[in-house]
Amino acid sequence: MGEGRRAREQSAGTSPDTRFPRCESRRKEVIALAQIRLDNVSRSFTVAGATLPVLDAVSFDVPSGGVTAVLGPNGSGKSTLLRLIAGLIAPDDGSITIDGLAVADADQRVGLVFQEPRLLPWRRAIDNVAFPLELAGVGRAERAERAARLLDLVGLSAFERAYPHQLSGGMRQRVAICRALARDPQILLLDEPFSALDALTRERFNAELLDLWQRTGTTIVLVTHSIAEAVFLSDEVVVLTDRPGRVAARVEVPLGRPRTAAALDSAAFSRAAATIRSHLSGRADDLAAHEAAAAPIHDVLERAGAPAWFDPFGGGV
Amino acid sequence: MTNLKRLTNALLPIVAAAVVFLAGWKALVVIANYPDWFLPAPEVVAQRFARAWLDGTMWRHASATLVEIGLGFVVGAGLAVGVGYLLARSRLAERLLSPYIVAAQATPVLVLAPLLVFWLGTGLLPKVVICALIVFFPVAVATMVGIRSVDARLLELGQALRATRSQVVRHLELPAALPQILGGMRVGVTLAVIGAIVGEWAGADRGLGVLINLARGSLFDIPLMFATLATIAGIALLLYLVVVLVERALVGAWR
Repeated sequence: MGEGRRAREQSAGTSPDTRFPRCESRRKEVIALAQIRLDNVSRSFTVAGATLPVLDAVSFDVPSGGVTAVLGPNGSGKSTLLRLIAGLIAPDDGSITIDGLAVADADQRVGLVFQEPRLLPWRRAIDNVAFPLELAGVGRAERAERAARLLDLVGLSAFERAYPHQLSGGMRQRVAICRALARDPQILLLDEPFSALDALTRERFNAELLDLWQRTGTTIVLVTHSIAEAVFLSDEVVVLTDRPGRVAARVEVPLGRPRTAAALDSAAFSRAAATIRSHLSGRADDLAAHEAAAAPIHDVLERAGAPAWFDPFGGGV
Repeated sequence: MTNLKRLTNALLPIVAAAVVFLAGWKALVVIANYPDWFLPAPEVVAQRFARAWLDGTMWRHASATLVEIGLGFVVGAGLAVGVGYLLARSRLAERLLSPYIVAAQATPVLVLAPLLVFWLGTGLLPKVVICALIVFFPVAVATMVGIRSVDARLLELGQALRATRSQVVRHLELPAALPQILGGMRVGVTLAVIGAIVGEWAGADRGLGVLINLARGSLFDIPLMFATLATIAGIALLLYLVVVLVERALVGAWR
């Protein structure tokens, strides 16, 4: 509890910069400690008057300093899960804590990388990275220095002055990761960050991400729908079911660190991937059941998509 | 060398269009044998134009008009950005204000101008008000549309970074809507010229609108009237160019 409060004060302060050099040792000390804890978290959305359950009683925890992957088919509520952990939306039910403290509205202990870079097109790369610091009132010189250091960390020093439209898709996503790290969060949440990139670039960026993680010591939670990616990057894979998302399984990845591309060909990798696939396909194979489960949702979406002026007096038939 | 070539390539069609226009004008005057008091030839207008600028007449009136346009534009566009933002973000404000804004826009300035001069006198104020009124609508609508079309994902980024309301406005919404707002200003600035001239027609002792009235009335100097028209067109072009340059400086680099 005391540890958690201290960590929170640290992240709330304006000069948390001191974390970088000692984070390496910190990670080793507390690696087994649960940092993020989700307890029976449910969330649904109301789409055009119909309730669409997205997550149903999801519970798992994320150890401090580790990499946890959340894997699931499209529409299993993975992005919603990240938004809940980031405090952008609140759960309907259940609780989410970081270091024992409930997640607050837009929690500043968390840095979020969206599915797309979401850079401000009118700002240069370095000013995009410095943007969170600017909002927090960090002085010009300090934020420029920190942003430059982060860009250097991902090998983009030469592109500090470039506008987003002058960068490649991969470069933009790396800038976005730097921006998420700007306030030195304890936790980095990544929402399929490289999904827009081709397979080869993606593999390279995943290796870079591990390298970055090793150097910053941030806890990483990453959402993906690629089994290989989940296994390669993480210590544990949380497998979600089809909508509404429930935890189907939690699979430990018995691969050592640091990992290289060679890990992709190891037996342990294949075994972990096979285990995960069995948890995923356990449902998908049963086509009839799958379709039956999907039908009501399909119905809801159909209704949501119908323009209001088709039936201005309500949905009753 | 390539720079020079590019410049010539850019200027060539502009010059060509001007030559064709002037030649057509001249040909019309020659063929139809129009007298100067009906349609003066281009060179007659050019001479009168030069003389009016050299003896200070034109500048005396043009400077008054420019002040009216400048003040009117700043006031009108400034208010319009604020109100446009309000319209975009508040359903209530839209319901309260939009009928009056549309009605004000639909009321002909020609009708409004004498009334404003009657109420506010023949000084600077009524012209500034007319210019501001006429600039207001396109800029307000452009701002409203621009703010409404700001990417919701950028706003979510602001939420994730705990941006305050004013930070969201300054750092996300206004920069994102700036291209549209400037588009509205392009339209607004040319309309402001019309506003100033109409305001001067309704009652003033200085300004290009006054000079047109003088030229076609008591002076019966039709070439001067055309020279004044040319000045007005030149001012409109110049102001439009200024907005385009501002646009280029502000959003040119990142678009």
